[in-house]
Amino acid sequence: MISLTSPIRTRAHNWPAGPKLLGLCFATMVLFAQSSIAFHLSIFVLVLMVYALPGRVFLRYGVGRLRTLWPFIAVVMIWHSLTKDAALGATISLRLLNAVAMANLVTLTTKLSDMIAVVRRVSTPLRRFGLSTKQLELGIALAVRFTPVLAFKGTQLSDAWRARSGKHPKWQTLVPLAVLAIDDAEYVADAIKARGGV
Amino acid sequence: MERNLTLIALFAALIAALGVIPAVTLGFGVPITAQSLGVMLCGTILGAKRGALAVLLVVLLIAMGLPLLAGGRGGLGVFASPTVGFLVGWPIGAFVTGLIVEKLRFGSLGVTAAFGSVVGGILVVYAAGVIGMSIVLDKTIFEATLLVVAFIPGDLIKAILAGVVTSALYTARPKSVLSRA
Repeated sequence: MISLTSPIRTRAHNWPAGPKLLGLCFATMVLFAQSSIAFHLSIFVLVLMVYALPGRVFLRYGVGRLRTLWPFIAVVMIWHSLTKDAALGATISLRLLNAVAMANLVTLTTKLSDMIAVVRRVSTPLRRFGLSTKQLELGIALAVRFTPVLAFKGTQLSDAWRARSGKHPKWQTLVPLAVLAIDDAEYVADAIKARGGV
Repeated sequence: MERNLTLIALFAALIAALGVIPAVTLGFGVPITAQSLGVMLCGTILGAKRGALAVLLVVLLIAMGLPLLAGGRGGLGVFASPTVGFLVGWPIGAFVTGLIVEKLRFGSLGVTAAFGSVVGGILVVYAAGVIGMSIVLDKTIFEATLLVVAFIPGDLIKAILAGVVTSALYTARPKSVLSRA
């Protein structure tokens, strides 16, 4: 499983994850509290400059990840040009782009292991309420490990169904896929128990 | 104990895997992601508590930067985007779906599971989704509802499928449907 962390090393990769996340929270709150178009436009330029710092490849990748937002921006712009308030539409769109771009920056520059460390630290006080952080971490690891396994099994089920029927399966492979997931869960539970349990 | 943990983790992986393989194609050839169907199935098969925890695990993994949403989306950016409400609504939706399947005993399991999926997987999830969209895009609740209403028919089909899959699983292996075990 490949996380979205950028393979292009930046200085921010070495910064601790906790402060980065706190900074993001604060920045997002500021973004939503401000409503002037000049503010959001200057932030947008600033964010683009930060993306450009590690080089062209990083910039292009970062901008590419914002592409999923275009339907929303299109809807907002059309909406507000109909209500004769295009400036407000532009502000909302820029705020959206800024918020997502800044959040993506944190994801791009933080390793999965650092994120897991933050989750561990944040969830530790919950031990008092009976939550086992060890179970949470094992759950994370299992889900990460079994996503490609189940995706592969799902593909195999579809291939087998196609070989028999000559058509693409619509939903018919869902029941066997659910059964396979339950079976795997039983096997892994037995294996964990055999190794001393959680 | 171990079994609960592995079931939660494996169903989280199942939701993620459903985003990779385009398992469900609607009749008119539009491939739709089966992930929201996965959320419904977590509720109908695992029950309220385990189902909600499995979905919560997926949301956590997405926040940590794994590209588990359909189309390889993921990371913290998703939580700043207009669809954030749907992500927040997912675990709650799975919980409500599971609760309905556990507590309501009218008709067959398939009907109850489909009903639970409509209430939890559609009503609850869309309620959260609409609120999120109205905040991020600065729209009224009514305007935000207009933006998402086109996706409801697809989700209704998924809710019916969730009922079909759950009842098929119950016929084949009743012990596997933990919401009724």
